[in-house]
Amino acid sequence: MSNTIDKMDPIADPNCVAPNSSQTKDKGLALLKYVLIGTVFGIVFVKAEIISWFRIQEMFRLQSFHMFGVIGSAIVTGIISIQLIKRLNIKSIQGEAIIIPTKEFKKGQLIGGFIFGLGWAITGACPGPLFAQIGSGYTVVLVTLVAALAGTWVYGRFEKYFPN
Amino acid sequence: MNQFIEWVSQPWHWYVAGPMIGLTVPALLILGNKTFGISSSLRHICAACVPAGIPFFTYDWKKETWNLLFVLGTAIGGFIAMNFIANPDTIVISEATQADLKVLGINNFSDLMPIEIFNWDTVFTGKGILFFVIGGFLVGFGTRYAGGCTSGHSIMGISALQWPSLVATIFFMLGGFFMTHVLLAPLMKLVGF
Repeated sequence: MSNTIDKMDPIADPNCVAPNSSQTKDKGLALLKYVLIGTVFGIVFVKAEIISWFRIQEMFRLQSFHMFGVIGSAIVTGIISIQLIKRLNIKSIQGEAIIIPTKEFKKGQLIGGFIFGLGWAITGACPGPLFAQIGSGYTVVLVTLVAALAGTWVYGRFEKYFPN
Repeated sequence: MNQFIEWVSQPWHWYVAGPMIGLTVPALLILGNKTFGISSSLRHICAACVPAGIPFFTYDWKKETWNLLFVLGTAIGGFIAMNFIANPDTIVISEATQADLKVLGINNFSDLMPIEIFNWDTVFTGKGILFFVIGGFLVGFGTRYAGGCTSGHSIMGISALQWPSLVATIFFMLGGFFMTHVLLAPLMKLVGF
């Protein structure tokens, strides 16, 4: 059993939900693998119609199992994968111990989470599908992306005024 | 080859798509010791383009280039799927959802997106302000305030058995239900549906 896995990476930013725990720097072509993983991810988003505004409406109206099936089976796959990594003490290909920073509970997960949910039901997209929608030719979603960047910026600018 | 293209062009079942998305978690961990999460990319873009001396955006975003490359890949994936292996048939949307949406004024169910809304002509109208500007703003603001989105919390966080991510996911869903069942109808009426 690895004990390092749950340890907070001292250099990782605790506010960053997708931090880079790697100690080695990816350079040049090594960075290409992230484009490739993202590409597969984007293809799945379109092919399983996860980018569809209608599928999100079906989900929030409880009129189709599709999205619940997608998210649920993704979580099950993720849980199994992480358990295997932990139990078999699998290292990254760079030979590092795999680090998953612990998420702390904050009020933002309630308030911010609810606000994101409101937006999700309007745009029919969480951040991932936004990028896939733009790539698939719904270029008007660029406006949504700019608005999402504005929302992110406003949160960052006035962070200290929001309860957390 | 043609048979293969035909086969992958069908819509993919959730039990194919879900596990593939779930595998992104170990793929990123093993290939680069990276934690899966997409809304972070929005923060990195802010940090790269308009940091404006704000502490929240003053960090070494270049170290997170991988995250920006990942979302670039997501857009490329969207392009590939739509241009080379698109579903030749019309999307099948639940009858009940179609009936509900007709009441709201949406009548075109031929595309992945309601094309009455998602086109450039609506951008400077009330519809555009609601569906792109307000919707997008809430997504960006909410995900950052919550510290993550469906990928970072619902998939990565819950997969790592972190209960704050489960709480966040419950509130994502509550917000979505509230918008869909309470606010969406009056808001759509307000913008001219």
